[in-house]
Amino acid sequence: MEIDIPQTGGAPSIVQPDAPAAAKTAASIAARAPRGFRPKELLAGVLTHGALIIAALIAAVPLLLIFFTSLKTETETFSTTISILPKVWHWDNYSYVLHDNFLTYLRNSIYVALLTMAIALCITLPAGYALSRFEFLGKQGVLLSFLVTQMFPAPLLLVPLYLLYVNFHLLNNVNGLVIAYATTALPFSVWMLKNFFDSIPKELDQAGLVDGLNVWGVFYRIVAPLTIPGIAVVAFYNFMNSWNEFMFANLFISSSDQQTLPISLHNYDFATGVHWPWLCADAILITLPVMFFFFWAQRYLIAGLTGGSVKG
Amino acid sequence: MAKVAIPPPPALPWNARVGRFLNGKAFAYLCIAPVVIAMSVLIFYPMIQGILYSFTNANDSNIGGHIGPNIIPATYKNVGIQNYIDILTNKASGSVQFAGLLMQTLIWVVGCVVFHVIFGVGLAMLLNRNIRFRGAYRAVMMIPWAMPQYVAALAWSFFLNQNYGIINVGLTSLHLAAVPWTTDPNWARFAVIMVNTWLGVPFYVVTVLGGLQSIPAELNEAAAIDGANWWQRFRNVTLPMLRPILGLVMLLDTIWTFNLFAVIYFITGGAPGHASDTIISYAYENPITTHNYGIGAAYGMIILFILMIFTIGYSRAVRVSQGVN
Repeated sequence: MEIDIPQTGGAPSIVQPDAPAAAKTAASIAARAPRGFRPKELLAGVLTHGALIIAALIAAVPLLLIFFTSLKTETETFSTTISILPKVWHWDNYSYVLHDNFLTYLRNSIYVALLTMAIALCITLPAGYALSRFEFLGKQGVLLSFLVTQMFPAPLLLVPLYLLYVNFHLLNNVNGLVIAYATTALPFSVWMLKNFFDSIPKELDQAGLVDGLNVWGVFYRIVAPLTIPGIAVVAFYNFMNSWNEFMFANLFISSSDQQTLPISLHNYDFATGVHWPWLCADAILITLPVMFFFFWAQRYLIAGLTGGSVKG
Repeated sequence: MAKVAIPPPPALPWNARVGRFLNGKAFAYLCIAPVVIAMSVLIFYPMIQGILYSFTNANDSNIGGHIGPNIIPATYKNVGIQNYIDILTNKASGSVQFAGLLMQTLIWVVGCVVFHVIFGVGLAMLLNRNIRFRGAYRAVMMIPWAMPQYVAALAWSFFLNQNYGIINVGLTSLHLAAVPWTTDPNWARFAVIMVNTWLGVPFYVVTVLGGLQSIPAELNEAAAIDGANWWQRFRNVTLPMLRPILGLVMLLDTIWTFNLFAVIYFITGGAPGHASDTIISYAYENPITTHNYGIGAAYGMIILFILMIFTIGYSRAVRVSQGVN
């Protein structure tokens, strides 16, 4: 709520202790009274909404254009006259994509995403808890190494990792992707979980210990239930990360029965050129499921990143 | 002085001993072990391997491996710092100028981060006002972040197409000149920064909005009562209060942007020439696709070195400025 400052000077904002109560009320009524035409405020409102509408359009229009393109014919996409909406809505682009091995890719993607999520939670939950609650030798080193891994450029890792996968027979295998995704998402996941755990007062743990719970009991009965949103967000982050990943999937998987959804986009990049309507239909089918989850999860994602200081 | 005999502590039953073990530091190590092991095997081991490759002439034909049951031994040789010399003296595979790559990396990172901060902080401050449809605006603005990055990049490469992309078709239908997105170096640079700005602003909007909402309203009110105008309140109240969050987000954004190649790879592919290539997009696309792994690893090391120097300098600077205030 904003305070209206009367133009007659600073005095009314600090009410003198000896001022009569009537004057106090009169001043506050005068401050709140003018509900009529206030050009300055109106202009500010129009400008705010104008800027926000433009920003929202810029954010949303590309997605709408992908959607409209997914309903066009191929010749329409190469037209040099402007046409945003398709002339006829060709929903058969979607049925083509759906019948083009889509269900195999979908099954692989769901398998990889769910398994990545489960493995990541099993190993990041104890780690995040330990980093939040205990002081031990090497703790700062572990936290620092998380930041350093964010700097590792892909070209340095890809080839050695590829050779490692050859030796472990993980190439061309969806389980290899699970391992790669669960590991690469580790630093960020542990970091987020640590921040969520940090926001739970340590006094609660101590109360639990005094009442006779052991460390596991404190975690399972006190801390974990309070951190459910945080845990859900880390689960979602891992799911989204593996659902959307392109580089490893492109490098490690070659046979179509092991491919995940992102790679399916490549199937519409023909030697003769890209078949945009099919590619866009595929893109919409890949994007929409995670987008709905995303709108729910984003505020908690940030809370985990910034140390739980966000009210959202 | 009389000696006080300390009785030996009674032997604990086994479950109490396990409990004491688990309540102590050993429990913490046990918890952290799986993460450390997984990261050692799948991040740090390949990392060290990569560092070693950067001093060899490893390529597709001499790196060894399996063909069916046959194991082919690796035959690459140590070449010392030759790869680094080749890169810095522009003699590495391809004939790209390293100074050019470095310059474009600088333009790309600074351009992206500056636009992210300006639009991100600006929109977050608008959304922090008590206005109608706030939730709706915020939800719609999240779309670029919710889309998979390569899907967004592919889509933008379609919109920015020279001949049939929606932007140029729109411009020509208004009888304006089409923009040479991938043939003019400056337009190509602008295009990649524009797309990455579109992609990155939502992250800032949400983080900065969270930061703004944690600033007590009384601070701004007090400043207003003391006669501070809009800019003075922003400069002296809002910005200092945002510093912890903005500092972390800008550091992460700089590192991520530096290492991001999908946008450049899909939008311009470095065209024209290598004008819009950064070190990472060139290092990904050229030595890796030409299978010269030694050179690729050396590029990776150079990037890592620059980022480490930057991060150390950045955290020093942040700490110093915090100490001053």
